[in-house]
Amino acid sequence: MELPTQTYRVTRADLVRYAGASGDFNRIHWSDRVATDVGLPGVIAHGMFTMALVGRAVTGWAGAPDAVVDFGVRFTRPVVVPDTDEGTEIEVSAVVKEVTEDGLTRLDITATCQGEKVLSQARALIRTTR
Amino acid sequence: MSLDPSFVGRTYPPTAPYQVGREKIREFATAIGATDPAHHDPEAARSLGHADVVAPPTFPVLVTMAASRQIVEDPALGVDYSRVVHGDQRFAYTRPVVAGDELVCVSTIEEVTTRGGHGFLTTRTDVSTVDGEPVVAVWSKIVVRGEA
Repeated sequence: MELPTQTYRVTRADLVRYAGASGDFNRIHWSDRVATDVGLPGVIAHGMFTMALVGRAVTGWAGAPDAVVDFGVRFTRPVVVPDTDEGTEIEVSAVVKEVTEDGLTRLDITATCQGEKVLSQARALIRTTR
Repeated sequence: MSLDPSFVGRTYPPTAPYQVGREKIREFATAIGATDPAHHDPEAARSLGHADVVAPPTFPVLVTMAASRQIVEDPALGVDYSRVVHGDQRFAYTRPVVAGDELVCVSTIEEVTTRGGHGFLTTRTDVSTVDGEPVVAVWSKIVVRGEA
């Protein structure tokens, strides 16, 4: 079963807000100068910001903010966020792989930006009964 | 970058307790656009059986930051932080983090490998309350990129 795709817009303002809320002030997430100095195409989103958006999709699908039992991802490609009003977009989709006997649902998740996968091995186990 | 494999199995001392604040959870939820009332309204959280507002699933990274720093800044291990890239991240929850929790982290180095000139370091951080109740286990793999 496929779950409805969630689309999240990501702008520089979102990265600044996430930096402040999370305490991750690595300059590659807000300075083009520093990002390009280390060989990136420009400012990139925090990997943990992308994972947090995926977490939003997962809790949304579960219908409960406290339903996640296990959640893991591998970061494979940076999410480049241009300094424009539009920024970029992350699309998150998932398929239900399994529903276990004890009421847990296993999801295989896909996250893309500009048509390219940005995560691999993205999986969540959620409680679907209370 | 070559990391010393003899660090596998090393456990670091518990971190100072992290006090999970209601406003911090609200601020974090707002920053990621998480609007579920249970992240913001204590009454909504209580109706789900929690003592106070519930943190979003990736919130524990704020709690484990000090523990990660212990390892990455361990001079004996010698990680060059400017070359660090986040590889993998995983959370296995006993229960969600809620406001009012006082959380302590104990980190263990699970894996150290070198491949293609890059170093790979996997740490497991067990997050529990100051009373010893387990809350979440957090795995993080970092890649220390070799000199090109």
